[in-house]
Amino acid sequence: MDSIFSMFLNDYYIQVLTMLGIYLIGALGLNLITGVTGQLSFGHAAFLSIGAYTSAILSLKLHTPFGLAILAGGLMAGLWGVLLGYPTLRLTGDYLGIATLGFGEIVRVVFLNMTITGGALGLAGIPRNTTLTVVLLVVILSVWAMVRLENSRFGRSLVAIREDEIAAEAMGVNITTAKITAFAIGTFLAGISGGLYAHLIQYLNPSDFGFLKSFEFLTFIVLGGLGSIPGVILGTSVLTLAPEFLRFISDYRMLVYGLLMVFMMIVRPRGLLGGVQLRRLFAKKNVQQTGTSASGGAN
Amino acid sequence: MLLEVNDLHVSYGAIRALKGIFCQVGEGEIVALIGANGAGKTTTLRTISGLIRPQSGTITYKGQPITKMPPHQIVSLGICQVPEGRRVFTRMTVLENLEMGAYTRKDKANVKADIEKVFQRFPRLAERKSQLAGTLSGGEQQMLAMGRALMSRPTVLLMDEPSMGLAPMLVQEIFSIIKEINQAGTTILLVEQNAHMALSIANRAYVLETGEIVLSGPARDLANNPEVQKAYLGE
Repeated sequence: MDSIFSMFLNDYYIQVLTMLGIYLIGALGLNLITGVTGQLSFGHAAFLSIGAYTSAILSLKLHTPFGLAILAGGLMAGLWGVLLGYPTLRLTGDYLGIATLGFGEIVRVVFLNMTITGGALGLAGIPRNTTLTVVLLVVILSVWAMVRLENSRFGRSLVAIREDEIAAEAMGVNITTAKITAFAIGTFLAGISGGLYAHLIQYLNPSDFGFLKSFEFLTFIVLGGLGSIPGVILGTSVLTLAPEFLRFISDYRMLVYGLLMVFMMIVRPRGLLGGVQLRRLFAKKNVQQTGTSASGGAN
Repeated sequence: MLLEVNDLHVSYGAIRALKGIFCQVGEGEIVALIGANGAGKTTTLRTISGLIRPQSGTITYKGQPITKMPPHQIVSLGICQVPEGRRVFTRMTVLENLEMGAYTRKDKANVKADIEKVFQRFPRLAERKSQLAGTLSGGEQQMLAMGRALMSRPTVLLMDEPSMGLAPMLVQEIFSIIKEINQAGTTILLVEQNAHMALSIANRAYVLETGEIVLSGPARDLANNPEVQKAYLGE
């Protein structure tokens, strides 16, 4: 299938699209945590790095098969998601944000000082196994899983937690378990994303997974519309492709990128596709869509 | 007794919110907790539903202690709360809110029938079933909060300030619905600042003052008690 892609696209576009897919997987994970469940995470890149390093080390040292290494990376990230989630998910809003920010920095510094990760020199020579086909398959699988999840009883309970934690608890949702499960699935996807990244770029350095990267993922889902799967796809696509297509204005491209974001937040504060859900798009047209007016009364 | 609260103490940090609350709710009763702001009414309800951990004291339901149970287990035992200020899920539709109310239930087939029952009781919710709950009026949100709680098929319904922020006409309507719900077999523990309305539908009532029960008895007696009239009924 990769040969089919290379018939239509040159290597540059294949690389860009592969990266887009990888980011999309990570963004879907963060969307579950922050967009659907409403738990602010500033440390998403740390989970990508856990997945990336785990799978890269397995590939390099143990010659683990590619698929298995990626899966192990995802599981490791998910495990750390649970370990971090258990004590911190009792916190809400800004406090959780700061705790995850701190965790992100710790992970970065730990990787910087471990021998097995190559420290500041980084980890090089990772086999290039990630292809557009593989990434596309994982993206399709992730989107399908997220749509299924969103419409499940569990997914509904996550939205209820976002809308009103106390009311959700009063309705019988075990909010601690639900939040930790959401965190585990979201960080698992981050780990998968990180593993695929490692096997595409072939080189890992802890500085690639700092706060800025976490923040980038947050902008993907906020721009697209928190909690909306089509929004995540659109937001991630726009923000990953924009810097590429803005290359012609070279030095000014990050400036334009920044302006674009400020403008977007003024025009559509709930994101490009804020409040849009696949299910509702295809549902009967008598479903009323309400704009920003409905977002009040979070109490 | 269906629900018994014994010597309940609750503190928020250094502030002692409840200083030994005793109350009982019998099957089929409407029991009201009345009192001024900050008396501890809401705290009592939230402690019963497990949202707050008490320092000491016990709560028993059908003779079984539920004091240390997490809220989701208490809901599945049949105690459900209509929280203060409605707290509907604003960005979910009316129908989705009702489905959330049935969260702990496994009998999917009956849930559909129960949604229809809620729509019969609250026809205005039926008209707005695909509308987002955040766009409903205050009264409609209160009805939705009540309908949502009924979806769990509770044995005991804990209601926190159902009249809050509603026009007097609507308060009348809400209270007659509470009475109907009770007549259909649900026991109700009602917390209310509007003592007049609460005493008019309750069988028994407790008066709370700064974390303690100062008076209790049949609602009719309390409504005629000169102290209560002076302090809470404004007569």
